[in-house]
Amino acid sequence: MRNLLIFISKYNAFFLFVIFEIFSLWILVNYNSFQRATYISSSNEITGEVYARVSQVKGYLSLGIVNDSLSAENARLRNQLKSSFYIDTLAKHKVNDTVYKQQYAYIVAKVINNSTNRRNNYITINRGSKDGITKDMGVICGDGVVGTVVNTTDHLANIQSVLHKSSLVSAMLADTKSVCSFKWGDDLDPHKGILFDISNSTKPKIGEMIVTSGYSSFFPMGVVIGKVSSFNTKEGTLNIALSVDYSRLNYVYVINNKFAQEQIQVEAQRKKDE
Amino acid sequence: MSRVILINLIRFIVLTFMQVFLFKNFSLYELSTPYIYILFILLLPFETPNLILFVLAFILGITIDAFYDTPGLHAACCILLAFVRILFINITVQKDGFDNEPEPTLTVMGFRWFLAYAFILTLFHHFLLFNLEVFRFSELQYTLSRFVLSSLFTVFLIMISGLLFFRKKER
Repeated sequence: MRNLLIFISKYNAFFLFVIFEIFSLWILVNYNSFQRATYISSSNEITGEVYARVSQVKGYLSLGIVNDSLSAENARLRNQLKSSFYIDTLAKHKVNDTVYKQQYAYIVAKVINNSTNRRNNYITINRGSKDGITKDMGVICGDGVVGTVVNTTDHLANIQSVLHKSSLVSAMLADTKSVCSFKWGDDLDPHKGILFDISNSTKPKIGEMIVTSGYSSFFPMGVVIGKVSSFNTKEGTLNIALSVDYSRLNYVYVINNKFAQEQIQVEAQRKKDE
Repeated sequence: MSRVILINLIRFIVLTFMQVFLFKNFSLYELSTPYIYILFILLLPFETPNLILFVLAFILGITIDAFYDTPGLHAACCILLAFVRILFINITVQKDGFDNEPEPTLTVMGFRWFLAYAFILTLFHHFLLFNLEVFRFSELQYTLSRFVLSSLFTVFLIMISGLLFFRKKER
């Protein structure tokens, strides 16, 4: 027994190393599989507060760019207004239409923490569960797809960016409407992505727009992802130039899909039946 | 003694803030990203007991993890760094020949020793960090090139900071 104690105290560095290493690897593995340890992430109170303050300062530096993108978006939305179209039919009577029911609601949020230069990138925004944000909501910005919500606290939420090892988006070619899948490229360039699972009969063109398909519960149909930049015939994939500059995200919209629960339920029911 | 604690506390805070708000946004061609915060562990005094060294390394790692959203990743790498530091110092430094609480800085230990020290410790830390972050062999080429280039960047910054706080020996 005494010899054992002497042995342990002589090589105490090694034993301490093993204990601490196992403990930190345990935290790493646990977090990745269950997303439980939310207190060690940037949506906890202290780090969230610090990030919010720094982003206030940073916000002033990028006011010009934000103004430009907002005015561009305003112009685009103004084009879709009813008042900007010439009406060539006379309205005889007005019907209160109950056929349309709102499916998607948008919550605007400001990005307070962001990264693009790592293998798995996350974004923190300044809206949380008190503002109606829950896990598994899609997030977009004026230029296109951003990611999905993975964690929320009362006032903050954490978004898994499209620039992530396990992010997959159901996409389609805008002209031919053929459905395929989109993921971030392996060379970690924040401006490029890869399109795969393309059916053999489709004939994509260079410069064709890639948009979301609307099949998943995250995004509505037709949100821009990027443009086809080149073909990768050997592997049967397409290289995509992303439309969003992820290093310059400022304001994003969280999508509340009111039918998401129903879609998930009905698809889970089908899986159970099979 | 209290002066050493104060200096290290200030160093901890300054390095964490620099890493999180300045160097986190640095990257050369998406390949080379510096992790300068490990300088805190490198510069702890020689006589730090092993237990305190490991606890400080763990606290530093988990603090960086909180800002990087990667719980456990940086902590695991910092623990490895602390262990390699103990081995390296055991092999290369005679502990008895010093007066008043020496630190492994450029001023005290000389350029060659400090370069080897910083380089070897950074290599171990970054190798584990990048491989643990990606965790698959299919991207080995990118992981290794990121590891090598980032290590060079980090060592470069560590040497610059060493020269910045260089003081001529009073003896």
